[in-house]
This record gives sequence, structure tokens and C-alpha cells, in this order.
Amino acid sequence: MGPRPFRYERATSVADVIDCLRRGGANARVLAGGQSLVPLMNLRLVEPELLVDINDLPLAHLRRENDAMVLGALVRHQTLEESEEVRALCPLLSEAAGLVGNVRVRALGTLGGSLAHADPAAELPMVSLALDAQLVTEGPTGSRTLRSEEFFRGYLTTALEPAELLTEVRVAVRQPREGWAVEEFALRQGDFAVVAAAARVQLNDEGRVDVVRLALAGVGPTPVRAQGAEDQLVGAPANPRRVEAASRRAAADIQPESDVHASAAYRRHLTYVLARRALTRALARAEEATP
Amino acid sequence: MKERTRLSISFELNGSPRRIEVEAHRTLLSVLRDDLGTVDVKEGCDEGVCGTCTVLLDGRAVSSCLVLAPRVHGARITTLLGLSPDGRPHPLKEMFVRHGAVQCGFCTPGMVLTAYAFVRSHPQTTRQELRKALAGNLCRCTGYAKLLDAVEAYVREVCSVR
Ligand SMILES: Cc1cc2nc3c(=O)[nH]c(=O)nc-3n(C[C@H](O)[C@H](O)[C@H](O)COP(=O)(O)OP(=O)(O)OC[C@H]3O[C@@H](n4cnc5c(N)ncnc54)[C@H](O)[C@@H]3O)c2cc1C
Ligand code: FES
Ligand code: FES
Repeated sequence: MGPRPFRYERATSVADVIDCLRRGGANARVLAGGQSLVPLMNLRLVEPELLVDINDLPLAHLRRENDAMVLGALVRHQTLEESEEVRALCPLLSEAAGLVGNVRVRALGTLGGSLAHADPAAELPMVSLALDAQLVTEGPTGSRTLRSEEFFRGYLTTALEPAELLTEVRVAVRQPREGWAVEEFALRQGDFAVVAAAARVQLNDEGRVDVVRLALAGVGPTPVRAQGAEDQLVGAPANPRRVEAASRRAAADIQPESDVHASAAYRRHLTYVLARRALTRALARAEEATP
Repeated sequence: MKERTRLSISFELNGSPRRIEVEAHRTLLSVLRDDLGTVDVKEGCDEGVCGTCTVLLDGRAVSSCLVLAPRVHGARITTLLGLSPDGRPHPLKEMFVRHGAVQCGFCTPGMVLTAYAFVRSHPQTTRQELRKALAGNLCRCTGYAKLLDAVEAYVREVCSVR
């Protein structure tokens, strides 16, 4: 069938995008990798009247700034997966990006597009929570920096205002005693996960858990942080019994819904299993890194 | 640049320069098949899932059903025919034939192009990596093992010898 006709503009600057979006109002959309938007347009579930193509903007940058990694909104999933720099400084992002869709999706899909699209089962929004990522936006009233936790508001809904563009993502680089892992269950490789879990654990000199982040996808209208589970682990040496208890807590704290893919009870069970696997693998990596 | 619904795009298709007028809402898949007669590109799902519409955009495998025509301006597009500019079958295609990796043939163009692009950027690849790289290309006939055999033989017998 293909998309309905629309007006098209290839933007040349951030200001240009904001201007176009303001003029286009509710019927204008940004086009990044097109890997979520174009399928929806092909199915005519989304019918924008104006498409503002941002692919020519200089937003594919990737650099280290002190203890932060700065990633432009147009960094492609494939770059996250394969770049030596991202693999070394932010391996959780690489591991998650490798699980997104198929090679073709990863060749074109962008980090900014994935976060702005905010699918509750998507890997990168979940990982942005696990990394406490800061999301930088530009809009008619200037620039804002939002924490990931403030960004995801509901099903496919974010804190982005109309005419606001996500431009940059900032995450802390991996610390020496930090481990990470993403685990997911999907019906077929390349499908969206039914449930996914991302863990990041940092140990101190005595082998106690200093920092722990556990984030989940596919368990509600937004990605969620499993704070109850984190609280059970922080400050103590981690062992399989504690990980087990924390994972049960993660499963108890969520409010999943039943849909065509899985029942709520099954999602809860997956949450327990995947949280346990992710925490276990993250801890093993953190311990390996400990001198 | 002014907002528009129709535009003129120039790109390279299988080594030849092309310039056409298209409406902005056309997909690369429909331009290739309906306007340019490049019917070695197949249409399956139109949602980025099946891989039959795979083409190489500046050397990388993409779903042509999810690329809007204006994005192709200035790009280099390769379809299956572009792998054999001199008319002789590409060695990867020969491997597909030799290993029985073609039955109905509908998935074949996308499968060959995906494998070709992946092996080019990962010349030391393993069967496990190939499985992941080809996971987004559906085949309803071969059961996948013969496809992997064909690509693996290409990696081993053709690429490593060069
Ligand atoms: C077959 C298939 C399988 C997939 N599987 C997965 C999967 O397993 N996991 C997963 O996470 N994703 C999956 N995806 C989606 C993919 O990851 C998309 O690339 C991603 O969700 C959107 O990124 P994009 O750059 O393609 O955005 P686009 O499709 O261009 O845009 C998506 C939305 O975000 C808006 N937008 C884009 N960029 C910005 C920006 N910088 N600022 C503000 N708004 C913006 C657009 O207006 C649009 O509303 C799959 C897609 C396909 C086709
Ligand atoms: S037709 Fe494009 S991926 Fe199926
Ligand atoms: S050979 Fe028939 S679909 Fe693959």
C-alpha cells in the first residue's frame, strides 16, 4: 500500500527542524531511521502531512567527555553494536543494540528514534534507565536535559513537547569494577522482546554492591526501574541467594498486563528469570574486573 | 530547502547514474520495481520483517520497503543484479545453487545481498554470526541449513582464498 502523500523537508539545522515542526503542528513528524515510523505509515496507522527529515543534521557524533559518553541522536544501532569505543566505554549499550530487530533495522535505526518512539518492549529505552542516561532536547523555548526516568511517560509517550527534538544522550562511562548484562525473551530472534531485563552492578573494594541498576521492558506501558530489587542488593556482598530474592522482588513489584503475546502471569515469571540471569551475569563481570 | 511533495532525485543504481522525478511518499521498493523495472527486488511484508526487499544502500543491507525515496538522493543502490555486472553469476550465487539453497527463489535476492554485505564487512565470520546476520531474512522453503552451508562455503572457499 505504502504511505499516504505528505510534504517533505530535508532539514539542515536543529533550528530548521524546530521551525518546520512548529509550522506543521500536530501533523508534522520527524524522520530519523524510519524503522518505526515508515512501517506505521505503510500500514497507514500514522499519516503525517509533513515529514521533517533530520538525517543531514550533524547528530551522529560519539565522543568521551571526562566520565561521560556523549552520543548524538542519529547514532545508528549498528554503530552502538560495533563501535570499539562504545563497546569499551558503554558495553551495556552495545549489548542491547545487538538485540534490536534485524541487521537492516540496525543499519538505519537510530538511538534518538528508539528513545523518542518509546516502545515499552524496546531495549534502548530500558538500557537508558539502567544507565541513568541524560537526554538533551532542543525546542522552541531552548534546550532541556531530562533524566531517563522523567522522559518515558506512557505507552509510546515521552516528555518531548510538540516541536521538540531529542538531540543527544549522555551516559556515564563504565567504571573499573562495573559489570553489565541484558537478557531478553522473544518469540523469534529479531522480534520485540516479550520481557527484557538490563542490569548494571558496581562493586566496591570489599566486594559489596556499591551501585546497582535493574531496568525492565515489556512489563508495563513504559520501561521501568526495579527499585525494590535494587534496594535489596545495595550495600551488601551479592550472592546467589540475594540475587534470587531481589529477582523475586522485581517480579512482585511490576504490574504487567495480559495481551496476545503473553499473560500477565507469564510476564511476571519471565521477569523473575531474566532479572536473575541479568544480575548474575552482571555480577560475574564485575567480579572478574575486580583486581 | 522548501517543503515539497514531488522531487527530483539522483542516485547510482547498480553502477549506472539515475535521475528521476518521484513523489516524496514513495518507498524505494516501489520506485525500484514500478518505475525502474528492477524486479529482482521482491515485495513481501512491507514492514521490514521478511527481508525479501533487501537492497544495499551505500553497501549496507536495508529494507527498501522502509526507505523513503527522498532518502536515496546521492546514494549508491545495489540490487542482486548489481553483484554480477558482467552477466556472470557471482560466486556467492553459485554457492547457493551448489548447496541447494534455492527452492522457490523468492527469498534468494534478499538472502544473497544480506550475506554478501555481511561477509564483506566480517570476512572472518563464523556460522553462529551468520545465523544472527541472516535471522532477519525469512525463507519458507529451505529450512535455513542449506542457506548457511552455502554462505559458509563461500566464506571458506572463495573469500579466504583471495
Ligand atoms: C522488523 C523490525 C523489528 C524491530 N525490532 C525491534 C526490537 O527488537 N527492539 C527495538 O527496540 N526496536 C525494534 N524495532 C524498531 C527500531 O529499533 C527503530 O529503529 C526505532 O524504534 C526507531 O528509530 P528510528 O531512527 O528508525 O526512528 P523513526 O522511525 O524515524 O522515528 C520513530 C519516532 O520517533 C520520532 N523521532 C525520531 N527521532 C527523533 C528525535 N531525534 N527527536 C524527536 N523525535 C524523534 C519520529 O518522529 C517517530 O515518531 C524494529 C523495527 C522493525 C522494522
Ligand atoms: S517487504 Fe521489506 S522487509 Fe518484507
Ligand atoms: S527458497 Fe523459497 S522462500 Fe526461500
